Amino acid sequence: MKAIVNVFLKNGVLDSQGKAVVHALLGHGFGSVSDVRVGKQIIIEMNETDADTAKAKVTQMCEDLLANTVIEDYSIEIQA
Amino acid sequence: MKTKVGIIQFPGTNCEYDTQNAFAALGCETQILWHKEDTIPEGTDLLVVAGGFSYGDYLRSGAIAKMSPIMKAVKEYADNGGKVLGICNGFQVLTECGLLPGALKRNEGLHFISRHHYLKVASNNNAFLSQCAINDILNIPIAHHDGNFYIDPKGLVELYANDQVLLQYTDDKGNISNPNGSVDSIAGICNTNKNVFGLMPHPERAMESLLGSDDGRRMLDGFLSA
Repeated sequence: MKAIVNVFLKNGVLDSQGKAVVHALLGHGFGSVSDVRVGKQIIIEMNETDADTAKAKVTQMCEDLLANTVIEDYSIEIQA
Repeated sequence: MKTKVGIIQFPGTNCEYDTQNAFAALGCETQILWHKEDTIPEGTDLLVVAGGFSYGDYLRSGAIAKMSPIMKAVKEYADNGGKVLGICNGFQVLTECGLLPGALKRNEGLHFISRHHYLKVASNNNAFLSQCAINDILNIPIAHHDGNFYIDPKGLVELYANDQVLLQYTDDKGNISNPNGSVDSIAGICNTNKNVFGLMPHPERAMESLLGSDDGRRMLDGFLSA
């Protein structure tokens, strides 16, 4: 099983990298860009057969290590 | 009795010997503690989580280090009232493991900043800054990429209510001058029990006026007289 974890700064926490990318894109003529958020994707291969079990374990991983929930939100997608 | 200082070393820590040198210069007995240790030596008066780039700052600064065996012992030591000081990456480790509130984000300007910066003492009602006066201006080097202190508005109110804001970035006159986007220009804080301290600036690099400043002595001296 594979888990795709996306980690982003929470809404309300300034994403300086996202802002810098917005400025760069606007400067390159992509005038329709209104916002960019930069985060990270973590792909985990797991020896699990049950999606619920896998999701519970990855949730614990996020809480313990993969995300800092003071400043970050995370989402988890489990793939067979 | 000499004050006994333990200095935590992870792979990638790079300020442990500066820290050792600083406390030795103040007459302390020092010991480097490798992260795989799982106990704190008997009689340790102060633990320092030294600066550097533990685990290459992979994932987030300080995130992997918090999983090291010694951090469980550090937490127990702190929970029993032991004094812990986190400098720079050490501050990041202490916020990551929950011994201190808030988090350290990428600097607002996205650059690594390495230069001397003035700090204002916001509170001296604690062991760390007991030798400083409130509003004292200290000249201390900073060297970080992720020094942008964040705490939510409720947490900030609690920090002030409990007198946990220790240091703020200022100019040489004491006017707020924020190098990295930190909330309220905060450079250092402590926990509610005032036994766990964290700051981004490096007092251990400000021990000799010949090298730019010896203001770090006054800060670290607090741990000796407490």
